[in-house]
Order: sequence, then C-alpha cells, then structure tokens
Amino acid sequence: MANKISLNLISGRTIQQGVAIEGGKEKPLYRTAAGIIEMDKEDLKKLGAWRNTNVRVSSEYGSVIVKAVEATQGPHPGLGFIPMGPWANAVISDNTYSTGMPTFKGVPVTVEVAINEPILLGIELVQKQCGVKVG
Amino acid sequence: MSEYIIKNGHVFDPVQGIKGDKKDVCIKDGKIVDKVGSSAKVIDAAGKTVMAGAVEIHAHVAGPKVNLGRIYRPEDKLFSCTPTKGIERMGGGASIPTTFKTGYEYAKMGYAVAMEAAMPPLFSRHVHEEIRDTPIIDEGAFPVFGNNWFVLEYLKNQEIENTAAYCAWLLKATKGYAIKVVNPGGTEAWGWGLNCLTVNDPVPYFDITPAEIIKGLIEANEYLGLPHSMHIHPNNLGNPGCYETTLDTLKLAEGYKAKNKFGREQVLHLTHAQFHSYGGTNWGDFESKAKEITDYVNANKNITIDTGNVTLDETTTMTADGPFEHHLTGLNHLKWANVDVELETAAGVVPYIYSPSISVCAIQWAIGLELALMMKDPMRCYITTDHPNAGPFTRYPRVIKWLMSAKARETQINAFKHKDKVLSQTSIGTLDKELSLYEIAQMTRAGPARSLGLTAMCGGLKPGMDADVAVYNFNPDKPVANPDDIEKAFSRCAAFFKSGVQVVSNGDIVSNGNKRTLWVDVKVKENQQVMRDIDEKFIKYYSMTKNNYEALGHHFIPNPYALEVDAT
Amino acid sequence: MTKTVTDVICPFCGTLCDDVEVVVSDDGKQLLEVYNACVIGTEKFLHSQAKDRVTRPRMRQDDGTWKEVSYDDAVEYTAQMLAKAKKPMMFGWSSTNCEAQSVGNEIAEISKACCDNTAATCHGTSLIAVQDIGLPSCTLGEVKNRADRVIFWGCNPAHAHPRHMSRYSIFPRGFFTGKGQMSRKLIVVDPRITDTAKMADVHLQVEQGRDYELLDALRVAFKGEWLPDVVAGIPAEKIREAADMMKSGRFGIIFFGMGVTQSLSKNHNIDEAIAVTKDLNEYTKFSIMPMRGHYNVTGSGEVFAWQFGFPYSVDLTRGFARYNPGDTSTVDLLLRGELDAMFTIGSDPGAHFPISAIKPIAKIPSVCVDPHLTPTTGVSKLHVPVAFNGVEVGGNCYRMDNVPIDCRKVVEPPEGMLTDEQFLIKVRDRLKQLKGVA
Repeated sequence: MANKISLNLISGRTIQQGVAIEGGKEKPLYRTAAGIIEMDKEDLKKLGAWRNTNVRVSSEYGSVIVKAVEATQGPHPGLGFIPMGPWANAVISDNTYSTGMPTFKGVPVTVEVAINEPILLGIELVQKQCGVKVG
Repeated sequence: MSEYIIKNGHVFDPVQGIKGDKKDVCIKDGKIVDKVGSSAKVIDAAGKTVMAGAVEIHAHVAGPKVNLGRIYRPEDKLFSCTPTKGIERMGGGASIPTTFKTGYEYAKMGYAVAMEAAMPPLFSRHVHEEIRDTPIIDEGAFPVFGNNWFVLEYLKNQEIENTAAYCAWLLKATKGYAIKVVNPGGTEAWGWGLNCLTVNDPVPYFDITPAEIIKGLIEANEYLGLPHSMHIHPNNLGNPGCYETTLDTLKLAEGYKAKNKFGREQVLHLTHAQFHSYGGTNWGDFESKAKEITDYVNANKNITIDTGNVTLDETTTMTADGPFEHHLTGLNHLKWANVDVELETAAGVVPYIYSPSISVCAIQWAIGLELALMMKDPMRCYITTDHPNAGPFTRYPRVIKWLMSAKARETQINAFKHKDKVLSQTSIGTLDKELSLYEIAQMTRAGPARSLGLTAMCGGLKPGMDADVAVYNFNPDKPVANPDDIEKAFSRCAAFFKSGVQVVSNGDIVSNGNKRTLWVDVKVKENQQVMRDIDEKFIKYYSMTKNNYEALGHHFIPNPYALEVDAT
Repeated sequence: MTKTVTDVICPFCGTLCDDVEVVVSDDGKQLLEVYNACVIGTEKFLHSQAKDRVTRPRMRQDDGTWKEVSYDDAVEYTAQMLAKAKKPMMFGWSSTNCEAQSVGNEIAEISKACCDNTAATCHGTSLIAVQDIGLPSCTLGEVKNRADRVIFWGCNPAHAHPRHMSRYSIFPRGFFTGKGQMSRKLIVVDPRITDTAKMADVHLQVEQGRDYELLDALRVAFKGEWLPDVVAGIPAEKIREAADMMKSGRFGIIFFGMGVTQSLSKNHNIDEAIAVTKDLNEYTKFSIMPMRGHYNVTGSGEVFAWQFGFPYSVDLTRGFARYNPGDTSTVDLLLRGELDAMFTIGSDPGAHFPISAIKPIAKIPSVCVDPHLTPTTGVSKLHVPVAFNGVEVGGNCYRMDNVPIDCRKVVEPPEGMLTDEQFLIKVRDRLKQLKGVA
C-alpha cells in the first residue's frame, strides 16, 4: 500500500544529535541521530509503514530520504520532527520573510515509504545536492 | 621618546595657579618637563588656549548595559557613522558610540582619562574588553557596592573591617578603581520589583537602610584610604521633591574626614547632582532646588559633585538604578531593557528625548547649569552629562559654552516654548555669572583629578605629571564674537598629546596611542572570615565558580596601571 | 600519574557550565576523563583527541580530492580571497573566543566584508524584537536564587541545554529558594510532549506555529478580560490557569527558544513574549531570557556591537557599518547570489542552512575554519583545522545571560596546529600587505 501522508514538519535539537555532531558529522552516528523523522504512532499507521522504515519526505523546497521512527516525545499526531541538520534542511523553507531567518519550523511536507532508497551520510548528502565532486 | 615644545600658548593650569599667562609647555618621554633640547618638535600655540588633558569622572562608556543600549538601539547609528579613515577604525552611534568612536571623540575634545561609572562585578571582563577597545584615553571602572549581598550583610552587623576587606578583594577581582554606590538598597529591593526611596526605607529581607549602607561604605573607604571617595548616586533619583533625599544623603557625610595618601579631600562624591536637585510634588509644580543643594555643598567641604548637565538631545538613559528605569518607561513608553545581576546589582536602559518644548526638560537643563554657576569652589564641582543619561559626552563643548556665556544661555532660554515656567521654577534667569577658562580648567581637569586621587598623574601641567596636553583654537585675549565659537573650539583640539604622544592634530586622529587601564590594588590584613564567606557564597548562590570570577589575563588588560594602597 | 583541571568551562552551548573537571595525563597532553559535563560536553572534550583528526589545512583539487597544504598557503589563499572579493561574507564566530572574533572584525573592516554570526538562524529574530520592544532580563544566578515561576516556551532544555535545569532553573537550592524544585512551578509550552514538558506542572501543548495567539491570549487573561473558548489549541481555562500561576509568583522567568524564533511569526512571537513579560511586571517581578545555542554566539554579538554598533548581520562593504536583517543577513545574501566569497569559522552553515543557501557556497571561493569535518568543509575549497577553543586554547566567552567567562586551556593542541586567533592574525597581517594598509 503506497500511501502518501501530509505532515507539519518541525526541526530542532536532540541530545543524540548533539553528541553525534561532536563525534563527527562524517560518521554514521550522525545519520542515525539526525537522518530520521519522528512520527506519531497514528501517522505511521496512516502511512502504512513499520517503524524504522526509510521514507521520502518532500516539500516545495526539496526532498530527502530519512528513517521513520516512532515519536520519542509524543504523542503529536500531524506533526513530524526531523532533528536539525542537513536532512531537515533539504526540505524546510528557505523563505526568511525578510528577517534573515529561514522557516525551520512549520513546513508542510508529504511522507511516503521509500524502503529501497538509501539514507545518505551527512556530509555526503550536502555534497551531492550541491553537485560537489568528491574524489 | 620624542620631545615637544608647545610654544606661546595661553596656559590655564589650576595645579600651578597659571591663569592664562603665555607659557611654553615642554614634553619629554611622556612627561611634562621644565625644558627640552633644540631638536624638540615645535607646536605653535600662539593665540591658542593650552590646558592639561581633561578628566571625565563619570560616564557610561564600557560594559554590559552600555552594549545592551547599542544592541537594542540600531537607530542610534543612523546618520552618526564615521568610516574607516587611515588609522582610525570605523565608528557609529550618537548617544552610545562604539568603543573606537568613544576613544576618538574624547581625544578630539582633549580628554585624557575617563572613568566608567558603574561596573557590575560579575561582568568586569566585559567592561575591561570594551575599555581595551577604546583607544587613546586612560580608563578605570567603578564596581558597584551599594546593593551587594556581602556589603549588606556585613554592614547590617556593623562590621567595617570585614566590609573593607571584601571591598579590597572585589576591587582586585574586578580590577576596579573606586567604591561606587547606586540607589543603595533600592536596587536589591528591585530584585523583587520594589525600591527604597528614602535613606530610611529598609531593604527587603536584608533589613538594612540606605543610610546604614552609605555610612558604612564611607567608613570602609576611609579605612582603606582609597584614591577616590565613596561615589554615590543617591536614592529617589529623578522624582519631584527628591532634593530632600539628596540632602539626607549628603548629611550622612558630616563628621568624616578623608584619609588617604593621594591628595583627596572629600569623603563623598555626589554624582549627576542635577538629577537629584528637584523640588515640587509633581511634574506640574516641578522646580529647581539647585540652591539648596549648592548651599549645603558650599558649606560642607568634604563633598565634591559633578553636574550631570542636560543637553536637550535625544539620548539613551542607562543606570544601575533599575527601578528608576522601569518608572521612566512608564512615563515615556519607550523600549525598556533591564538586567538584574545576582548578589550584586541591576541595570536598566530606556531612550529619552529631552525636548526643549517640554517644560520639565527645560527646567532640568537650567538646574544643571545653576549647580555649576552657584558652586563657589570650582575645584569641587565637575562638568559631566552622566553620559549618556542627560546627554552625550560630545556635548561638553556646548555645556562649556553655556557656562562661559550668559548670552548663549539667554538665547537658549528665549528659544524655550515654556520660557516663563523655566524662569519661575528656577533661578537661571537671575544668574549672569560667566565662568572663566581657569574655572573651566578647574572643573574639567584639576578638580576631577584631585577628587579621583590622580593629582600626581594628571589634571595639570606641572613638570613630572603625564604629558596630557590639549591645545584649543580659542584666543582668550580676543573678545568672543559668537558664543558658538567657544563650542567649536572645544569640540576639536588643534593638538592633543596623551602621555607625550601626539594623538590629535587639527582635529584629526593621528595615533591610536597606548591607553592604560587604571585600577586600585589594595593590600589588607588577611581576613579568614571574609574569605570563607566568599567561598560559601560562590558555592551556594553564584552561578559562576569563584576561580572563574577574577578578571585575569593580558587579553583583558594589556596595559594595566595599578595605584597601590597599603591598608594593612 | 594524572592531573585534574578544575573550574573548566564547557565550550558547547549557551549554558556555559564552568564547573567541569577534566583529568589529564601528567604531561598535560592526553585528555583522560571528564566530570560534571553533560553527555554532549563530555563528547566534545573526549572527541577532540580522536585519532582521525585532521591537523593540517587542505585544499580541494579539481578531481574532488583533498591536498594537504601548509598554514602559510592557507593564509595566502584566504587573504587573497578576501582582498579580491567585492562582497565577501565572514560568517559564524559562535564557537570561538572573543579575541579571535575581534581579529576577525579587523579583517572584515580592512576587506570591507559582510560579517554575521549564527544568531542569524537562531536568536536573530529575538534581537529584532528586542530592538522594537526592549528586554527585561536577569542573570542566571537570579533565577537560581529567586525564581519561583519558570516557563520554558518553545525550547527543550532537556535536550538542548541539558544541565540548565540542574544548574540554574529548576533544581538548585538558592538563597530564597531553599526548597529547590519544590520552590518552583514549571510551565512548558510546546507542541510536543517533550522530555522537558514531562517535568512541568502545566504543559500547554500549543498548536505548532500559533504561539503568537497564545501569548496574546495570556496578556488578555492577565487583565481578566474575555477569551474565546480555545486559543491556539489551548482551552481558555488552561490559559487562565497559566496566567494566574504567573501572576501569583514573586519572581518569574520565561526562557524561550527556537520554537518561537524559527516558526512563522518569528520576531513577532518574541515581541509578544517580551510584552507578556513587561505586562507581568505590573503585578510582580518577571524576566525573560533567550536560550542561546552556541557557547559564544552571545560573545560574537557583544563584540560586533561594541566595535560596529550592531549584534549580527553587519555590512561593512561601504567602509562603515550597516545593518538590515533580511537584506544584510547571510541566508538572504546567499539566496540572492550577492556574495562572491565565503569565509566560515566557528559554525556549520553547511549543516544548518537550508540547502538552497548552501549551493551558492559551493560555487564561490570559500574557506572553512573548523577542527571538525562538516558539511561546510565538504563544500568549501579550503579547510583550515584549528585548535579546539575551550579545550586546547582559552579565551573569553559570553553565556546566554551575557555573563563573560574566560575559557581555560586543558590540553595542548596537536603539534603544529594553530588557534583561530593565530590563523586570523596571520590573515590580517597578510591582508594589510595586499591592501597597502599600515
């Protein structure tokens, strides 16, 4: 069943993300900590996905593959949370409304299952989107 | 180092009693000397006025509330930016100039030394970083003591020796210069949103009165023999009728004698006296009590004051009198910033517009001038604007113009919308005294230097003193065609030397100098109880450890100058 | 044998804990254990000595590989880049000390650059609000000693400032708060039931993005006026309960974070939160404080302000300082394609900017000064690793309540590595030569 659900996306800090960035953003731990979307149990059901499934999160600003996990600070049906970092920033709004501040919180996204798509490592994800050649 | 001879200027030096005689001033190796060799560079001061570098005894120029003012008032930078120019760093800010601009503006007016009026001890590093980034002028900073929990507890128990030991410790930890007291007790009450408006209002919980705090700190100051006296911003600032609180405060100094090795003669310095000289009961019958204040200070010679002149500008008020600032925002509804500082003090910031169309502002303007004109001893009355509270320090030349020219005052009075009220509520219309250049030199050089205990170093042109020499394009022999010429002359030095280095030439900055940070290093007998109390309060109540408290390190104070005091 | 360095300041977040203890080897070279820091701070200290650390600058080659270069080469590239650029950006500054920030300002002035710090994507909108309405605030010790009402609005200290509650805001027994946690009532406003919210006496689970309405409703509730049944997803009774709880305290504090600075109403949210605080001062004593992210973003704001007059997003391209967020801020400059050089230090825009703002960085000459490998180093031409501030070099930093604390050096940096300040001084001096400046 290939469902596509809509969520309101926010991004922010987690302890695991904090530890991971100090350990090195090139490492897999960073992807484990921040390459995820926390979703409410009910939303996972609507999506028709098991926990820890790769999903594609898309907005009008971009799209990214992350692992869907069950919300750790919920319940928050209708709300998706991607820890701050390059995965979140692939899809959040770059519109600053002339304040200098992009809209990191409150971005409409769609989520669909993408079991076979890989989740990139942090630096790799940014380099790929920027078209940077990596030797 | 270089030799200079400033030739043929009209010298005004109260330290040597020179009242405008044509004399040469000689500079060698950073000091004033009797004579120099023939290879000395000649500065032609013919037809010009020569004075020692001026001494700013009280201004808010460095520290957290000053910077909060800069951060929250981007509009203060509109139209007041100065670009990078040669060795001059860029600057901005009309009422709260950036640090580079502060140093340059003071130097261009011939100021050699400035005292940051209130340093919250927990933030001393911040104050010193800004002082470091203020070029040319020597600076010191006054830590605040009047709401400090250690002081409140020791003085409640009348433990002067412990208070003194703590003061010495704090001066060293913060590299501070003097014992500053702001709204004693009231700012601790402000921690609960309350205040102390008379000298007898007890401080919540600590149960000590401002009178006890003031007397105790005078005694601690004299016990230690510090270069400066207790420097006070009394309770009840700015309210109609506050002059009574001021007199109550001044009376607490009766009977005390100055005890120190620095030539200081006062035991109490009343700062920005203008804000504390108000009569009346409301803004409608608001009137000047400058006469009552000056009568008292004239008769009591162990007190010095600075004026706090209102300059009729848009400016920014900022003070450790936190409750006053909350009150002010209630009056003018302009943006209010506040910071309460644990165990120590608080600060508030509110913009203010001293409009000549408002009778209260015009009366305030008059009061500041009345004080200067009615004080009999210019060596005990100093010109300030409590920068930026009553106006920016860049207006000192304008204040000098008003004091030297009755015509200039009259012009301003005639321009007031409520001229009649100004004349009825103050005595400014009856004062035709015009201060002389000699008196101005007393009020801006020799006087403040003596009050600060810096007589040996600055404020005069006696051989042996630092070569801080200002040359102004003002000819005392010629009658003043236009009072504005006075203001123009004092705004931009023809030449200014700081510690023997020429830093200003024809109004332009030609060197960033080598400023010093002045502080007071007091040696006291070992006091184990105070050390234990300090340890305990850091462990239990402060949010910083004791070992991280002291402002140490070259990057804070690259060029320290410590005045040493032995109070053992 | 080992030595313990005490009173160490943790260089991670705005909590700026200064009670950390680090055990080092006797020769002062190896960092062995960390006490008192949270798990993030501990990781920062311990990871600084990871075996795979990059210790020399490297230049990206055309084939995408890195080539190691000397610090002198790095200085030359950086100085040339800044000298030639018409509108370079010097961004970041938040994870380095004030001494380095000051040298950076000199460089920005000489090269007529734009300079900005991470507040641009963090509390910049708070600064805009403060510039409109002011800021009644206090130091963290006042919270510890006096506060009996604590509000966390749009922030999650359990995750972002882990020791904040135990050092300052909830648990400590202060002078007037001897009962510790029992002396305080905690209100948390957050669209999720965060780990912080789980500790609250009252959790207002606000509809995401509707904080402005809820703040406004509180101001109405203070005055006892009419409210609709539900505002921003919160029933009116709950709003009144929270309002009464705030008014009945004797010293309250609102801590706020990205939940309100980064959501749609941005600076207007903060403006309203400050207005709530001001209103409360009519009834009792209340303060408000932003939860600053990086450990020295506050310091960068302070140094910019006392040297240039503005706290962030400063444009020096005309030889004097100008400030206009939205116009002079980094993300907007990048999106409009106005920058022709990017110098990043003490921050990671590559991980924390929207991707559309990172793509331009990859196209222009760029330098990234960072001890770590990051997405920014991943798209920059030159990566200059430096010593870890607060671990391998000391220097002044400012806490979230603007209190300055001087970080300590705990261990030596790897052999031959420069500090931020040392590298910047070399760049400045070379730039002065290129520009013919004294």
